[in-house]
Amino acid sequence: MATRPLTVNGKRVSITVDDPDMPLLYALRDDLALKGPRFGCGLAQCGACTVHVDGRAVRSCVTPLSSIKPGQRVVTLEGLGTPQNPHPVQRAFIEEQAVQCGYCINGMIMEAAAFLARNRRPTETQIKQALANNLCRCGTHARIVRAVKRAATA
Amino acid sequence: MNTHFKTTRRDVLKGGGALVVSFSFGAQAGDALAQTAAAAKPLALTEVDSYLAIDAKGMCTVYSGKVDLGTGTDTALRQMAAEELDLPLNRIKLVTGDTLLTPDQGTTWGSLTIQSGGVQIRQASAAAKAALLEEAAKRLNVKKEELSVAGGVVSGGGKRIAYAQLIGGKSFSIKLDPKQPVPTKDPKTFKLVGTSVPRVDIPGKATGTFTYMQDFRVPGMLHGRVVRPPAMQAKLESVDEASIKGIRSAKVIRQGNFLAVVAANEWAAIKGARQLKATWSKWEGLPEQSKLYEHVRATKVAKDEVTSTVGNAAEALGQGAKKLAATYDFAIHTHGSIGPSCAVAEFKDGKLTSWSASQATHTLRKQLAQMFAMPVDDVRCLYLEGAGCYGRNGHEDAAADAALLAKATGKPVRVQWSRADEHGWDPKGPPTLIDLRAAMDGSGTVTAWESEFFIPQSAGGFLVPLVAATLAEMPYEKHIAPGNIIRNSDIPYKFANVKTVCHRLESTPFTPSWIRTPGRMQNTYANECFMDELAAAASADPIEFRLKYLDPADTRGIEILNRLVALAKWDKRPSPKGGQSGDVVKGRGVSYVKYELVRTYVGVVAEVEVNRATGIIKVPKFYITHDCGQIINPDGLKNQLEGNIIQTVSRTLLEELKFNRSAVTSLDWASYPILTFPDVPDIAMDLIDRPTMPPWGAGEPAAAVVPSAISNAVFDATGVRLRSIPYTPEKVKAALRGAA
Repeated sequence: MATRPLTVNGKRVSITVDDPDMPLLYALRDDLALKGPRFGCGLAQCGACTVHVDGRAVRSCVTPLSSIKPGQRVVTLEGLGTPQNPHPVQRAFIEEQAVQCGYCINGMIMEAAAFLARNRRPTETQIKQALANNLCRCGTHARIVRAVKRAATA
Repeated sequence: MNTHFKTTRRDVLKGGGALVVSFSFGAQAGDALAQTAAAAKPLALTEVDSYLAIDAKGMCTVYSGKVDLGTGTDTALRQMAAEELDLPLNRIKLVTGDTLLTPDQGTTWGSLTIQSGGVQIRQASAAAKAALLEEAAKRLNVKKEELSVAGGVVSGGGKRIAYAQLIGGKSFSIKLDPKQPVPTKDPKTFKLVGTSVPRVDIPGKATGTFTYMQDFRVPGMLHGRVVRPPAMQAKLESVDEASIKGIRSAKVIRQGNFLAVVAANEWAAIKGARQLKATWSKWEGLPEQSKLYEHVRATKVAKDEVTSTVGNAAEALGQGAKKLAATYDFAIHTHGSIGPSCAVAEFKDGKLTSWSASQATHTLRKQLAQMFAMPVDDVRCLYLEGAGCYGRNGHEDAAADAALLAKATGKPVRVQWSRADEHGWDPKGPPTLIDLRAAMDGSGTVTAWESEFFIPQSAGGFLVPLVAATLAEMPYEKHIAPGNIIRNSDIPYKFANVKTVCHRLESTPFTPSWIRTPGRMQNTYANECFMDELAAAASADPIEFRLKYLDPADTRGIEILNRLVALAKWDKRPSPKGGQSGDVVKGRGVSYVKYELVRTYVGVVAEVEVNRATGIIKVPKFYITHDCGQIINPDGLKNQLEGNIIQTVSRTLLEELKFNRSAVTSLDWASYPILTFPDVPDIAMDLIDRPTMPPWGAGEPAAAVVPSAISNAVFDATGVRLRSIPYTPEKVKAALRGAA
């Protein structure tokens, strides 16, 4: 049993685990009861589990807990904004109704937010490229691109 | 948003027939959600109380057997109920897919949630409102015709009374008779239906506050992971339980060939399932993938179903001046949910509670009862939204896994499938093989059409065997259930001689079920491609050619194609386009469907670019005209149409289940790729709204026309016909080489 300190959504927490190499996703979902990051493949192929670590979009399903340093800032969809006070990207997704089943949407928003933080005025092609490794099965792509564009111009 | 409604004399007269005039509100229903009181809640399809209740605070709870599979119907159903009851949207609570509380309105499939489920709720709402008005007239001593309603408050003669005071918490006790529909609101007075009300679930989904099935937890719950056989019908020979000894709390559960690991936490269960050593027998009963369609053609036919006959097609085929024949095939596909299936189950006092994302909780309930040989009444199945399933995927199987493990451990168990479990073990859209023949006379008029569809039988209805029951050798219905896959094998075109036959095969390589637009996508694909072949053979414009054979009385179908011409700025000419040089050539293709030949009409044009050097097809643009009658939520409809097109472009260009003689080998997104952002088409739409017509389904029909539109566009670009889905670069290059 080991205890790992983490900074998640601005709060310092500690997780007690048998296996320090457990992926971050399970610490967030099972130990901290967060619902934003989602299990989709466990293979870093779909992006549903995406969170920010120090502002970078990472796939939490393949990120060992042991690789996160105590001072690193982990932010999940919940830490980005709330229904009452959403992040500009979340607001844009709501305004564009850019959701069908929504299972992939955590990844879309987290990926887009990290991307827009570095690219203030991206072209449509750049947006599509930035999201090329995030899978959506419902076919919400067109709306998602519109939402990211809207957030970029907000 | 308050609505205002005045009854007119005409409404009152119309109301005379169906509504049971002398009603009396029943006893206090209590909180229907509380399990103790819930036993009394009616579920019959012919009772208003089955569908809705209004409590003492004026909140209306609507009970829907149809569930939201991520298509936005939770919002649309609220709109339909609120509209009919003249209530603001935020006064409607919705309970869905709970076998204890919601009526069995049938599986959520077939584009029927609005068309069937929503219309039933609308009927109940209309009957409830008529009763409320009648009661209000009595209590206020004002004539019914002089009453108006706003926000759940009835006013008249300077007096007011709220729904809550009229009914609050009591039952309506009103019968519904489907043969005598209750009059509903004049669509001209609609305030909510027909508007793009924002979806109720989206803010929660965009901020991480929405609870999916995968987020659901119960106290004291264990986590389970299944260990499926490496060969589909292999027998479990031995298990080395010591191989997971080092993982705290992990425990092996074995029953027959069902194998799983349960543990106190999720990661321990995952590690245990990965690490567990087991030996299985060999099994190589699958056909060779490269000979799949030979296998399909050689499979014994259980029975033939003739889906249409006009004249004598065989005789007319023999006499045609010009004869055409072609064979089409459509690969085995998975549903491809982004979130693998998940369920929680608990056995308590001999009763089973199952939480899952099943599209058919009432059916699942019967299957679980059979599996555990227990009374149906002792099983309760509750729906929680999962990832989109697009048909019968693995949700029900995860529910059976969880139930088996809950029974074995005596604790509630959550089962989360892995990506490989989902790709490997969800039931599949079966392979489809279609032969078509036609004849034309000297003037290019079609004189005969004949088709044969080689598709699996559906001997025992719609019960897809639960994987856990089959592996653990527990009771289940031993048959295959691919869904209603014969529809749209018949055609909307009026030829003098037609015969369409479905050869229902005794078996198919993988447990089949319905993927989105089951059968209707594959059948329409073959029919609309072959129709295009006939148009080309007649040197006719493909849209004019279709219009020539549509029933002149079917004006909605004709309008779809005419509006498509305008939307796509269609250039009237025969295909192929010809005269193109360079590696990249462009083309456009059309397709048309009248869904199941009785409802929603769709026309599409696809624009493609084919790279003749690489064999890569790009689909930059789709145009769609769509008529599903009365539109409930235009933006919700657009969302569905975009989804249908994009998902089916993916199916057409990329998707094919891969397997060896033992099992599925395409177990992740690398080996079963789907369309990604850079390749998604731009979509232009023309929605035809018919507020006075019944609302028809829109979750499926648009998918039916996508593969054929792409195939026809590739022919227009290259002069080469693609007849085998998916259209991989290898197949495109081979077809181009074959034509050269």
